Amino acid sequence: MLLIPCPWCGLRPENEFRHGGQAHVQRPADPASVSDDAWAAYLYIRDNPRGRSAERWRHVHGCGRFFNCVRDTVSDRISHCYRAGTSGA
Amino acid sequence: MGSRFSFLSLLRHGAGKAWDRQWRDAQPKSAYDTIIIGAGGHGLATAYYLAKEHGIRDIAVLDKGWLGGGNTGRNTTIIRSNYLWDESAALYEHALKLWEGLSAELNYNVMYSPRGVMMLAHTHHDVQVFQRHVYANRLQGIDNEWLTPQQAKRICPPLDISPTVRYPVLGAALQRRGGIARHDAVAWGYARGASALGVDIIQNCAVTGIDRAPTGEVTGVQTEKGPIAARRIGVVTAGHTSVVMAMAGLRMPLESFPLQALVSEPVKPVMPCVVMSNTVHAYISQSDKGELVIGAGTDVYPSYSQTGGLHISVETLQAICELFPSFRRLRMLRNWGGIVDTTPDRSPIIGLTPVPGLFVNCGWGTGGFKATPGSGHVFAATIAKGEPDPLAAPFSLHRFITGRLIDEAAAAAVAH
Repeated sequence: MLLIPCPWCGLRPENEFRHGGQAHVQRPADPASVSDDAWAAYLYIRDNPRGRSAERWRHVHGCGRFFNCVRDTVSDRISHCYRAGTSGA
Repeated sequence: MGSRFSFLSLLRHGAGKAWDRQWRDAQPKSAYDTIIIGAGGHGLATAYYLAKEHGIRDIAVLDKGWLGGGNTGRNTTIIRSNYLWDESAALYEHALKLWEGLSAELNYNVMYSPRGVMMLAHTHHDVQVFQRHVYANRLQGIDNEWLTPQQAKRICPPLDISPTVRYPVLGAALQRRGGIARHDAVAWGYARGASALGVDIIQNCAVTGIDRAPTGEVTGVQTEKGPIAARRIGVVTAGHTSVVMAMAGLRMPLESFPLQALVSEPVKPVMPCVVMSNTVHAYISQSDKGELVIGAGTDVYPSYSQTGGLHISVETLQAICELFPSFRRLRMLRNWGGIVDTTPDRSPIIGLTPVPGLFVNCGWGTGGFKATPGSGHVFAATIAKGEPDPLAAPFSLHRFITGRLIDEAAAAAVAH
């Protein structure tokens, strides 16, 4: 079980959280004007990287907030978490 | 090489004649007509049917490890075809029909055992969904029948159908032609068959790049054992499909998750069929060695770790012990994980890609083993003809752009 450092609550076990998919996927500002390809890319295409991955989590059984997390998908080690709306750089 | 198994050959070898290698451990040539990346069941079946039915024998099957060492050797070997949507039912039924004749086709005993797959309904919603499946399957000409809890108990005596358990059994759907097979034998049988037809199976040869001409089409691959040219490439790399396709500059509608399984200590025959429960995330059958083979759910986050969180397995064992109280005293011998590639609609992707000469067969998620013969069969036809096989056509990569999804996620819940 992962220990996840929620930026608001600190280290908590994984089963307090829900995974929210790849981070920083931007919804097209005007969906009606984008091509079918671009809309499909937004909805369905994911990086699914082997290695460093930026992803969203939500602390559903805690503060309830979404935040972002950088995790290595081979070792499952978390390098750091950062608040939603920031780049985390 | 090339010797056939028969009663006579068993007698001869019983008298002391040593068995031959069953397939050649090849080293790569500089060029092939077709390269299949991934020597799992699906990839080896693809090579076998390309050679057998389409006369394409200049094929290399490359694998970064040993053949059958990925999800082919890590699944819980369940076979069934009672899917909801016509497209899925046709594809999985095609596979099931091939399973029924596979040992004879390959002259290799894959130990296909149609002992029945029982899917338990624990909630009113389950009952409605599974009865809908039964009716849909009846229209598709696929066997699937509804059982009362008492009928389920008669078929599977260790099952607890008392109404006081946490998730009481309200009924079950049973596909009698469903069952299990020996997963290693499937990989070995296809490898043996393909090798005998001239296919080179090259192990410990990871692909590190996909080469393309300035005009876009594929020209070969870079590997740990040097470059290999080819005019057609089929990617059949399951959980690592996103990684391999990125080598050709393509991003995929896939996420890779660990899926775990366990086996118990071996005991005398106690489970006469396969039992699956989507609601409590557990499936169980008994191998011919006597071990109970137990499948768990996926982890909640994408990972390539091939282990998975222990709490996922614990939850599954809690469900198993609730459903089968007599199994509480069993010890678990081993627990492992495989990496499954899941699509947004939980249906596979089989077909062409935007890169000319590059074909992909992936996205089988948690349920690919049952499809192995059918998947290889339709993918071989797709590669040979350069256009989707009719059974594979609905499963194109393009469906994510048109929106014509095949949503088995709602139909089959999480487990396949």
